[in-house]
Amino acid sequence: MIDTTTLWIVIIGLGIGSFSLRFVFLGLIGDRAIPEWILRHLRYTAVAIIPALVAPLVMMPAATQGNFDLPRFSAAAVALIVGYMTKNVLWSMLGGAVTLYPLLYLLG
Amino acid sequence: MRVYEFVMSHQTSPFRLGLSKGLPFILVVLPFAVLFGVVGTEAGLNLFEVLSFSIVVIAGAAQFTAVQLLTENVPTVIVLLSSLAVNLRFAMYSASMAPYFGDLPLWKRASVAYLLVDQAFAISATEFEKQTTWTTNDRLAFYFGAVIVFIPFWYLGTLVGALVGSAIPPEYALDFALPICFLAMIGPALRTMAHVGAAATASVSAMVLTWLPHSLGILGAGLIAMMVGAEIERRMGQRSK
Repeated sequence: MIDTTTLWIVIIGLGIGSFSLRFVFLGLIGDRAIPEWILRHLRYTAVAIIPALVAPLVMMPAATQGNFDLPRFSAAAVALIVGYMTKNVLWSMLGGAVTLYPLLYLLG
Repeated sequence: MRVYEFVMSHQTSPFRLGLSKGLPFILVVLPFAVLFGVVGTEAGLNLFEVLSFSIVVIAGAAQFTAVQLLTENVPTVIVLLSSLAVNLRFAMYSASMAPYFGDLPLWKRASVAYLLVDQAFAISATEFEKQTTWTTNDRLAFYFGAVIVFIPFWYLGTLVGALVGSAIPPEYALDFALPICFLAMIGPALRTMAHVGAAATASVSAMVLTWLPHSLGILGAGLIAMMVGAEIERRMGQRSK
C-alpha cells in the first residue's frame, strides 16, 4: 500500500519539478543560446530512461514472481516491433494486446 | 488534402489552424490517460489522487514511472529523481520554444510552460519553423489552439480510467499494460541509429544493474544510455531532432 504522505510529496514534487524543466529556458534564460552538447544529451532522455525502466519489467515480471514469462515477453517484443515499423503508438499497443491475451490463454 | 492545408494556412487564423493540428492527438492522448487512471487505481490511489497526478504533472511517462516505483516501496527521493529523469526532455522543449515566445509577459510564458507536453512541442516546433511571418501572438494563438483540443482529454481519460479501473479483474493481466504502453512510445521514437543505440544500451545496462538498491539501476542505466546516444549522434555528425 502506498503511504498517503509519500504519495502527495511525489505528486507535488513531480509537479514542481516537471514545471521547472518546462519553464527553465522559456522563463529564465529567454533566447540566449544553449550549449549544443547539453541539447544533444537531452534529445536522448526519453529513449534512454524508458527502456531502462521497461527492461526489468519485461524480463522479470512481478506478476510471475520475477520469473521469465513467454506471453509477456512476446507481447513486449511485438509491441516494440510494430511500433518501430508503423511509427504508430496505437497499432503498437494493439499488437501487444493481441499477442498477450491468446498466449496467456494458451500457456497460462 | 494539399488544397485543404493551403486554405487553412492562408485564410484561417492561427488559432483555428492550431485546433485542426491538435485534433488527431486526442486519439493518442486518450488511451494513455485511461490507462494511467486504471494503473493508478490498481496501485491503490483514490479518484482524487489519480486525477491530481494528471492535472499537476501532465506527463504520462513520468506519472507511470512514479506510480510503478511507489508500488515497489522505493525511497521517495529516488521516485522523484527517476521520474524527473524521464522528464529531462522537457528542458529541451523549453529551449526550442524560448526563441518563439521569449518576448511574452512572464505569466504567458509560464502558461506555455505548463502546457508544454510532448505533442504540444511536436506540433509547434514543426509549424513555427514553417510560419516565418507569424508574430509572437500568432504563435501563442496557434499553440493554445493546438493544446486546448487534446489536453482536456488527458484529464478526462484519467477520470474514466480511475472509474473503470477497479472493475477490471486480474486475469486481464493489467500489470503488463504499463510495459506495453512504454514500448508503444519507444518504438516510434527509434528514428536514428543514435536512438536505437541509446535504447539498447539502456535495456542491457538496466538488466546488468538490477542488483543496485532502490531501483537506482534505472537512473544509472538511463544516464549511461543518454551519453551513448549523444556520442553516436556526435560521431555520425547527424541532427536527429
